[in-house]
Parts: sequence; C-alpha cells; structure tokens
Amino acid sequence: MQLFPCPFCGPRDETEFHYGGDAGNIRPDGAEMPIDRWAGYLYLRTNPKGTAREIWVHMTCGEFFVMERDTVSHKVLSSAALDGEHAA
Amino acid sequence: MTASRLATGGNAIDRSRPIRFSFDGATVEGFAGDTIASALLAGDVAVVGRSFKYHRPRGIWGAGVEEPNALVDIGGPRATPNTRATTEPARDGLVAKSVNATPNALADRNAFLDRFARFIPAAFYYKTFMWPDWHRFEPRIRAMAGLGTVDAGWTSPDTADQINHHCDLLVVGAGPAGLAAARLASGAGLTVTLVDDQQNPGGALGHRAGEVDGKPAAAWIAETVAALASAGQLILPSTTAFGIYDHNLVGLNQRHLDGRPDTLWRVRPREIVLATGAIERPLPFANNDLPGIMSADAALAYLRRHAVLVGRCIVIATNNDSAYDVAVALAEAGAEVTLVDIRRDGTPAAPANVRLATGRALASASGRLRVDGVTLDNATRLDADCVLVSGGWTPTIHLFGQAKGKLAWSDARAAFLPGDPVDGITVAGAAAGAVSLSDVFAGVGKAFAGQANAATPRSTGLEATGGILPAWPMPGSKGRIWIDYQNDVTVKDVELAARENFISVEHLKRYTTLGMATDQGKTSNLPGLALMAGITGRTVPEVGTTTYRPPFTPVPLASFAGARVGELMAPVRRLPLENAHRANGAVFQEYGGWLRPAHYGGNADAERSIADEARRARQSVALFDGSTLGKIEVIGPQAAAFVDFLYYNTMSTLKPGRCRYGFMLSENGVVFDDGVLVRLDEHRFVVSCSSSHVTAVYARLEEWRQDRFGRDAVYIHNATSDMATLTVSGPNARKLLETLDLGLSLDDADLPHMAVGHGTYAGDEIRIARVSFTGDRSYEISIRADRAEPLWAQLRQAGKALDAVVIGLEALMILRAEKGFIVIGKDTDGTTLPHDLGVEGPRAKRQSEFVGRRSLFTEEASRDNRMQLVGLTVPQGEAPLPTGAHGIKRIDGRLRSQGFVTSSYQSPTLGRPVALGLIERGAARHGEAIDIQNLGKISKATITAPCAFDPAGDRLHA
Repeated sequence: MQLFPCPFCGPRDETEFHYGGDAGNIRPDGAEMPIDRWAGYLYLRTNPKGTAREIWVHMTCGEFFVMERDTVSHKVLSSAALDGEHAA
Repeated sequence: MTASRLATGGNAIDRSRPIRFSFDGATVEGFAGDTIASALLAGDVAVVGRSFKYHRPRGIWGAGVEEPNALVDIGGPRATPNTRATTEPARDGLVAKSVNATPNALADRNAFLDRFARFIPAAFYYKTFMWPDWHRFEPRIRAMAGLGTVDAGWTSPDTADQINHHCDLLVVGAGPAGLAAARLASGAGLTVTLVDDQQNPGGALGHRAGEVDGKPAAAWIAETVAALASAGQLILPSTTAFGIYDHNLVGLNQRHLDGRPDTLWRVRPREIVLATGAIERPLPFANNDLPGIMSADAALAYLRRHAVLVGRCIVIATNNDSAYDVAVALAEAGAEVTLVDIRRDGTPAAPANVRLATGRALASASGRLRVDGVTLDNATRLDADCVLVSGGWTPTIHLFGQAKGKLAWSDARAAFLPGDPVDGITVAGAAAGAVSLSDVFAGVGKAFAGQANAATPRSTGLEATGGILPAWPMPGSKGRIWIDYQNDVTVKDVELAARENFISVEHLKRYTTLGMATDQGKTSNLPGLALMAGITGRTVPEVGTTTYRPPFTPVPLASFAGARVGELMAPVRRLPLENAHRANGAVFQEYGGWLRPAHYGGNADAERSIADEARRARQSVALFDGSTLGKIEVIGPQAAAFVDFLYYNTMSTLKPGRCRYGFMLSENGVVFDDGVLVRLDEHRFVVSCSSSHVTAVYARLEEWRQDRFGRDAVYIHNATSDMATLTVSGPNARKLLETLDLGLSLDDADLPHMAVGHGTYAGDEIRIARVSFTGDRSYEISIRADRAEPLWAQLRQAGKALDAVVIGLEALMILRAEKGFIVIGKDTDGTTLPHDLGVEGPRAKRQSEFVGRRSLFTEEASRDNRMQLVGLTVPQGEAPLPTGAHGIKRIDGRLRSQGFVTSSYQSPTLGRPVALGLIERGAARHGEAIDIQNLGKISKATITAPCAFDPAGDRLHA
C-alpha cells in the first residue's frame, strides 16, 4: 500500500486516490482538430518505465494534483497542486 | 519414539493450570502454555497427519512457523483449517483434527497411495490425464487434493478487528537482537513497537544458553521487556509480521488466547528492524520424513519450554556446531544420545555422556508409523526412538525479500544473507547471519551507533559457534529422500524436473510444487535449490531463489475483511424518508447504491401493485420520492461558460428561473448522463443529474473545474443529500399543491413547464421545479432533508381527497417508458452518441467547444447504419418483449443482429406493451416490421417513434 502526498492533506493511503491520466496531455480544442491529434489525446498513453508525471485526484478532498513518481521503485518524487498549470 | 513430560522444568508452561483438548477424537492433556504440538509430544503421539500426495504418516518436525507436517483443522466457532500445531496454543476444550487423513492420522485409508509412488512422480497428472479429457478426472483429483477441510457452511460469529498504527521503529522478533534493538531505540527516545510470533519473548534465548551483562538470559529478557513496558512501548506477543508492502507498510497478524478473531494491524513505521532469526534445515537421507524425525533445535525448544523429552534413545545427525548443545541438554535430561556429525575434522569437542561419530552421515531411517532406527553411510545400524537432524540454518529473510531486498550468498554460513541494504530496513541477529550473542549485539550496536545513549548489551557467557559443512541433497542418491515434506517432493522429483528442463527456480517450483502451500518452503527451498544447482553444475546463487511474497504465514481472510462483511460490504445510501415509506408498506430495492421503494403494498403480488401505481398515476395525482436526484450546484463568475463546456446543449442562453434538459458526453462522444439543468440566477446553476451518476458527475465537474477553468472561476457543491425532493405528478398535481400553503404562485403564467419557483413550507425555503419524467404535469419540491417528513405527510393527507397514489421506482419506469424517456446506461450503451438519440441540433449548430465535441465528427460517428433509439410495438394481445432480445435480419442466409430491446413494460394505461430499443437506422424505419429473437424464439414487432403516450405533450400543461 503506497503513501501518496496530497498537496492539500499530506500523505494518505493510495486507496483514497484515483488516477487521472498522464500530466501534460493537453486537450486539443476544436471540431476541426486533426483526428490523429484527437485520438492521441483520447487514447495514447506514454506508460513510462521510471519517472512518470501523472494527474491524481484525492477522492476525500476532491483536489486534483500532479505527482511525479517512479513506476519501478514506487518512490514518490514530488506532488504539486494543479493550480495554474492547466488552466486555460 | 517414547516422548514424555519431565517432572520438572518448562519455562513456558504453567503446571498449576492443566488443560484437556481433543485430537482426532482422543483426549490430550497438557498445561497452559503448551502448544498443540508440545501437548501431543508430551502424550507421545507420533503420527499427527498424512502427507499431501502419498498419504505418508507424518510427525511433528519443528517448534514454530516453519512446521511443514503438523497441520490441524481446528473446529468450533473459531474453526480454522490447516493451523500449525506448533504455533497454535493448546486451549481447554479445543477440538483439533489431523489433515488429509480418513478417518484419522494413524489409520488413513488412503495410505495405499504410497505404494504407487513410483507411478505418480511430480507432474504425473499433467501427462497422464490428458486423454480423453482432463475434465473427466478433475472432480476426483480435486476431491483428493489439499490438506485441511473448509466447512463451506461456516460463518464467523463476529468480525475481526483492524488497527492502523504508526511508530518510529517497528522491531520484528523479540529474540536477543530484537530486544536489544528495541531497548536501544527506546532509550534514544523513539516510539517502538516490538512484535513476536511466540507467546513469550526471548526467541532462541528461550531454549538456548546465554548470559547477558552478567545475568542469565531469562533475567535479561524479563528486565528488557519491563524496561520497554515502563517506557510505554507497545509489545505484541503472538503476533506475526506477515508482509512488507509498498512504502514500508507492514501487516501484522495478532492472535488472541481468549478466542477472539485475529486482529490485523497495518503499521507504518519510519524504520524497521528485522530480527526474525533463522530456521533449521533438514538433512537428506532415505525415509527422512518418518514420524519421530525432528529438527534438533525444536527438540531443545520442547525440552526447555515445555519440559518434553522427545525420546529415550536419540540419534542426532548434524553438519554444524549448533546440534552439540542439543546433545548435551538431552543427555542431561536422561536420554541416551548418539551424535553423528558429517564432518571428519574441526568439530567441537565430544560432549560428556554423548557418543560421537564423526565423518559419518545417515544413509536411511527405518520404521513404519514411527522411526525405529537409522543406518549410517558405513552400514552401521543404530536403534533410535527419535532422530534429530540439524542441516544448518536458513536466515529468515522473507520480509527483507518482500521489501525487494537483494540477497547475497554466504559460503561461511551456507545460506543467503541480506545483501545491499533497503531504505528504512535493518536486518539484525541470526537473520543477518550472526551466530554468537556477541555478534548479534555487535550488529545491533552498529545499527544504532551515534543514536543510542544506552549501552549495547554484552554477552558474558559461553558463545555459540557457527562451524558448518554443507550437506545438500545429492543427485543420484539411493532411496526416497524428501526435500519438501509438505508437498511430498523428493530428490527424484527435482531430478525429473531437471531432466525435463524445468531448471529455473520458478519453473522448478511450479512443476514439482516445491516450496508451495502453507509453509511456503521454509525448510525445503534452500535444499531444493542446492540440489538443482548440483544437478545442473551451477552454484546455489546462480540458481537463485523464487520471489518472496506475502504472507509469511497464513492470515485468515476474515482479518482482511474486518467489518466489511454483510451489509457493510457495500453500504447502501438511505432516503431521509425511509421510515415513512416502510410504514406505508414500501418494498425496498437497491438502485445505483440507493435503497429506494420499488413499489408499495407489500411483497404480495408485486406486479399488480406496480401496474396499479402506474395506472392511477395517470388518472389523478402521484407522489414520488425523488430525493436521490442529483443536486450539484455550480456557482461563480464563469458558471455559464462552465456548463456550456460540460453539456452537449448550449446552456448559457437559459434564463434565470428556467430549466433545460440536456446531455453530458464523455470525451469520446458517448452520452454519459442526461438530466435537467436549473439556472437559479446569473451565476448559479443546479445540475440535476441521474441518481446513480451523482458521484461520477460531481467528480467530472471538479476535474474540468480544476483542470480547465481554475479554482476561482467556478465553485461546485454537491447538495444532493442536503435536500429531499418530493415529486407531485399527474393531472391533479396542481390542484393538490394548491391545498398547501407553499408561499408562491402556482399559476402557469408564473410557474410554467420547465420553470423553477421559490417558496416556503413551515418556515423552510423550498424550491419547486416544473420538470416531468412522467409526461404529466409535475412539480419537484426540494426541501431540507431533515424537514421533509411533515411535507410528505401533508401531501399524502391532502392527496386522499384526490385519490392520490404513492408510487415507487418500478411504476415510474413504466410511466417514463410510455413517454419514450430514456435511462442512460439502460436505453443507451457505451457506443451511443447524442444524435443516435435524436438530438442532432447542437452537433450541427454549436460553434463553442464542449466535452466530446471532436468525437462527434469522426467516420464512426457519421456511419449511416448506427443504432438509434426507437419504440417497439407488438401485435395485439401479445406479451411484452423480453428486455435484451435482439432485432434480427437474415443476411446471406445468416441471422444478424439489428440491435436490441432496452426497456420493455406492460403499460396499464395503454393496455398494451411498450418498449424502447436501439435498432440500426431505426430513426428512418418507423412503421417497419422487425423480427425479434429471444432464446431461439422469434416474434414480430413494429418499429415506432419512442413516445407511445401523449406524443403531443398536452398532458404537461393539462
């Protein structure tokens, strides 16, 4: 059972979190967006071995945040509030 | 074997408290502090079970968690199969039964299987039961396989406790290393938790000699435990650390002597000391599995702890120094002892009163139900009623391995030791390869260097030595030599695996079952690997070990379930008016996590009750509890832009005080939810989503809020359970409401269809929305959940004059299906796009961005043969179509699905069935006939528009 650091609540059990996808998977707006880019946004995931930047949501406080972690060692490298980074 | 209880001694037993329990129907006597095993030994019970495959008689091997043979099924309210007799405390009145034996261990009727052993080697059934079909043999093989028996009808009378716990340091093992580490850490001001799987602390010092700081071991143990207790540190005896999980979470299995279920502890220590000791290995010789052949260290433990002398005429076979102390102790206790050491040179001096044969090994043991003698490798025959073996020590590094620690082979110890350190974990004592007490304390002292302000304990007595000459099983050995007692794996089985190229340890394990089952190879793994190394010309570290996985010892499933059983497994959400509905004869069912009235009028003739409710709802007025309907508020300066983005339909053009129906899509364009959006004022909306989608919609709103709009742009509040929603629907709905004082005008000019008004009831603010899921004039009244009951009561009272009917969810489903109103997830699936449901406008016209937009313009979305929402009617007099039945068409001689029925009911108002379905090109096929197939039967239906009742919608305003 991993401990994830919610930037708002501190370290909590992994069962309190949901995975929200790769960080940096920016939504391409527009009905005319090339279909390959849209498909990439919808379906293509990086699935890295090693350091991964991911969006997670802490279900108990409802806040989304970016967490960097190592997918091999399960070490958590950083976590930061989502504020600003993705906001339009 | 003639084992017996000595008249004095035994540091673990309390002779003033005799106990009696039953084993295989016979009464066994013992004392408080006995384990089942020690009491059985004291009663000279040699055969305690039958082996897994050959049903060979088996006796007690060890004195702890490593026990492969002595498994017992415990009966009664605390029934547990496959319990180790060596760790299970003997309790008064306990009922234990041997495993894999019918009728009992001594006279097992499947014992004949051993005579066929040469025909059933490892993996024989993979090769044998292939023709004609494995499944013909499987039931009988399954019935024969396994050890203990689970009583399928048994349920736990109470639930197991689960405890979450934090500390600075968790020490696993209360032997000399663990006690020293705990005391040093405690002295340094850390909070310490000390766990040990035995009832008494001390570990090996409980039966091995030792002197610490000038005191006898027992005094030092008592003093250390007292010091820890007075410092407020937590000490948990009878508790096994069974697993280390991610980020140093440690699982503990705590057993209780008072009959409570085991407690599961989840511990998050900052640091962990693993002082888990070491386990003695067997030696390879023919028939080394006979009852009466035991671990030498276990024999010493039974002598010192339980005052049980395991035999009168004992042969001890060894390859290392640790058996010498055992020989001395047994000789002193009155046994005739012969020590057979495989080593020719470098052995310790011959102990007094012990015959010593050096440079000799055992070739075989003899006996039928218990050992009666051994033959040495020079053909010398020795009589013996008990044979003790010591094949060296395997450090207990399972937890270190689970924490992904790498192991390093030690030639000096002939064992794997912990390799490169793992963050936050220190391995100490015998688990780290230490032999003498001085080494143990030196290792602990080093781990706490610079941190401790108390002195590290010093060993002041005689020191143990670790001399050893490896004695691994050898390929080509004569006779049947057991490697894994629990799984009946012999040297020949490992040789067979090697011949068939299953030489990787993981393959070896799976092919032969070496190291599987309840003991997970605690005594057998290393000899097995070493044998494979010998066969394949590799070294032991080249062969490597299998992966260490939790649990170290079996843990009851009830521990993991804890209180999450029965109703608490998945707790239902309850309506604020549940009691009122119960009083009114409601029959409850779970819908999307909510416990809601399915219908009223009790369980008798449910179908008629439902039809009555649906019919009467159209006649006058119906009352319905719609409290589960989503009420998620979206508030803020960008609220309008936000709902525009979230909905398929343009919502920003909605005027304050009005409602609009719309879809939410997922990014792949699929309709995710439908519902009404209420605009309360310029910057405030209420998302009235489907009852079962509230959590998911709320999460989705939060995601887009935080990811796209920003925290300051909108605020989202899920007010679903803050308010109860009472729905009044039907031609007389307004007439009923007018009899109440609701503090607002119900005139259609002031409160038309799809408008929202504000009033008060008994001093509380209420909100009334003219929204209809029945097709009739409807009012949804939302009121504080805790004030809803008087309003509901008054509505029912006032309704009597109008022949009002209270309806449940089943009747509502009929009413909405008559109108062709959909339920997302029932009338749609994971491919349904909004235009499949006939809502094409926003796709064609919207210019602004919304969730799922791009996906509506793909090749797939524009296919001309998409499944579309339709109504389905059946010929006069026929029964409703089965939900899920397929519309079919014969194409090139083969039947092909054209879609399926999604909702189907008998409409009491129309006097005929109504149905909805998703049918290919359905929107363009109204009036067309279609074949409907269900379970091989084909019936006829006609495709229609979805709405079967009041298509013009006049009743909304009637």
